[in-house]
Amino acid sequence: MRLALSAEDAQLQQELREFFTTKVPQEIRDTVRSGGELTKEQIIEAQRVLNAGGYAVPNWPVEWGGKGWTPQQRHIWLDEMQTAGVPAPLAFNASMVGPVIATFGSQEQKERFLPATANLDIWWCQGFSEPDAGSDLASLRTTAVRDGDEWVVNGQKTWTTLGQYADWIFCLVRTNPDAPKKQQGISFLLFEMTTPGVTVRPIKLIDGGYEVNEVFFDNVRVPADQLVGEENRGWDYAKFLLGNERDGIGATGSTKLRLQVVKEHASLPLADGSRLIDDPAIAARFASLENQLLALELTALRVAGSSKDGKPDPVSSILKLRGSVLIQEVSELAVDVAGGDVLAGGAGDDSDVPSWAGDSVPTYLNLRKVSIFGGSNEIQRTIIAGTILGL
Amino acid sequence: MDFTYDKEQTALRDAVRGILGESAGNREKITSSEPGWDREVWGGLAEMGLLGLPFDETYDGAGATATEVGIVAQEIGRILAPEPFIDVVVGAGELIADAGTDEQKQDLLPKIASGELIAVIAHNEARAPHGTVAYGVTATSADGGWTLDGVKEPVRHGGVADVLIVSAKDGDATRLFVVDATADGVTRTTYATPDDGYAARIVFAGAAATPLGDAGEAALAAAFTRLQTAYGAEALGAMEVSVETTVGYLKTRKQFGVTLSKFQALTFRAADMYTSLELARSISLWATMALAENGPDALVASRLQAEIGRTARHISQESIQLHGGIGVTAEYSIGHYAARLTVLERTLGTEAYHVAQVADGIADRGIVELLH
Repeated sequence: MRLALSAEDAQLQQELREFFTTKVPQEIRDTVRSGGELTKEQIIEAQRVLNAGGYAVPNWPVEWGGKGWTPQQRHIWLDEMQTAGVPAPLAFNASMVGPVIATFGSQEQKERFLPATANLDIWWCQGFSEPDAGSDLASLRTTAVRDGDEWVVNGQKTWTTLGQYADWIFCLVRTNPDAPKKQQGISFLLFEMTTPGVTVRPIKLIDGGYEVNEVFFDNVRVPADQLVGEENRGWDYAKFLLGNERDGIGATGSTKLRLQVVKEHASLPLADGSRLIDDPAIAARFASLENQLLALELTALRVAGSSKDGKPDPVSSILKLRGSVLIQEVSELAVDVAGGDVLAGGAGDDSDVPSWAGDSVPTYLNLRKVSIFGGSNEIQRTIIAGTILGL
Repeated sequence: MDFTYDKEQTALRDAVRGILGESAGNREKITSSEPGWDREVWGGLAEMGLLGLPFDETYDGAGATATEVGIVAQEIGRILAPEPFIDVVVGAGELIADAGTDEQKQDLLPKIASGELIAVIAHNEARAPHGTVAYGVTATSADGGWTLDGVKEPVRHGGVADVLIVSAKDGDATRLFVVDATADGVTRTTYATPDDGYAARIVFAGAAATPLGDAGEAALAAAFTRLQTAYGAEALGAMEVSVETTVGYLKTRKQFGVTLSKFQALTFRAADMYTSLELARSISLWATMALAENGPDALVASRLQAEIGRTARHISQESIQLHGGIGVTAEYSIGHYAARLTVLERTLGTEAYHVAQVADGIADRGIVELLH
């Protein structure tokens, strides 16, 4: 039992803080801090700064740019990055497909994809969910049929986040429709979004933005050497990937930053000179959220809820479950702090209503997604009840 | 930050679990009459060196930290051991060790460590707000000595205590006094508590008292923080077993021809209980480490109490509900855990009180920095 950081970890924390607050452009950090939307170019710029400093893919194997850090050191990295307003490396690259290729890919695939993935020279998107395969992902129906040296892909994916920016897609496809279990006939394919037969259709969300897409495949021909690992083992790789995804969702740094910014807004004087933060009921909500975030962060540190032996640690479900709810509760508090000013969602710079107030409802609505994606919170409860409690 | 116990700490946990486990079957009989706990077990704890665990070796203690104290407290919580380890050793004992004169320490601490002396803090007063101020007992100085007048209640284990550490008004200040509980001018009436224990109403009428060093509100606040940390660990142990028991029940109880574990409405609630438990475990271990390494910090203790309060309520209520009717019977264990958790959560400030403490000054605080 030890509370204080070791000298080594304290030094790492200082180095990271220095790096994140001096090397990443202030404009990018300010945009993140205010809850604004980054452009594609800003996301790429930030990741390249991180990669140049050796901080883009610390969780990868050391030979591909990883740091060989302990779970606590990885936590320090993520926490310092997020509280400094630095956008985390693109999850599709750094947390999802990168580790899959590094763990299960061929040497040739590693050399071809990993450096470009770390530097965001390739922007990846995720081809997992389908209209009839959401939480029940293994029911996916997109097919890939072998034809000579190629796979021919037909079907449809959906909820493809930032697919409109993507260069490549990692895609779960059914390669053996006759497998005894539906999980056994799935493979993990990589292909370019510009391949003939790929069509992207954006989906407008309730916040008015375009974040996710439908992606259609019509006889898309994919070279056979772009299948990762073994044919029909894709489900194992997907589970490995989802374990990593859940890990990141439980991160508290960005939620702590959000709560802090909302608190700053609640500390500004209202028209009558009073401050919302001085209302005991509002202050208690801030205190309770701050405390619950603390408990969650401590839990993340305690269990280091990462993928183990290619399988998600069931305890990572706790982080996902509570982490998603806390982000949502912070966004709910932000809407309450904005109060009647929420109406001014479409107001421009000449409005007296600050933009954070007008943006609060779209953000709140957008964040309903976090308890749905990456395995909905009902899926997480199923995992906790089944895998941990044996119910 | 490292949340794992070392070899000695694991051995301590196993030893405590062993000795407390031996008497667990007698709990109903033991708690049915005063003092409500087992003097034989108490003697066993003394022999193991647990009753002097946090005291200096000079006073026959083991010089252990809050971490070891927390291990014992958690085991007490796991089986609802009625022995007053926390109130006597952590409460009065550590308060004497912290604020007493050398003479008081030499006189009292070895006797607490050997199990021959029961000392508790007598601070509670009927309808008094939580805090370190005494309202109902007044200290008077005369002829080079002090006397106390007024009423303290409910004082847990007050009826069986040999020595009381009493908070009393001295002008505008609150000071702490050592009182012989059996002396003239001290009248005690014992009654049962809702969590299978005993507390007392204690009337002081010109009772002789000796100041505990020059201790006042600050020393009492530090004692509260140590107590809150230990109670938090006790609550953690009780919540742990509440969840285990409830999960076990869902696996075995049959209705409609199947075990309750087939009903998702129930298993999801068990999953939420487990989630609450693990978050409470994290904050309890953290607060314990913080006390061990940095000393008492009221904000840390309030963060702990706020979280433990919320989760204790959640787990104790759900554990009864998921058991159904048997959960509200005295015969079955789960309700006794709920009783203990319900009382613990109000013992040194409610959840609402501690959330308000955390809220106080929150506008001026930055992001919580956990790692440094």
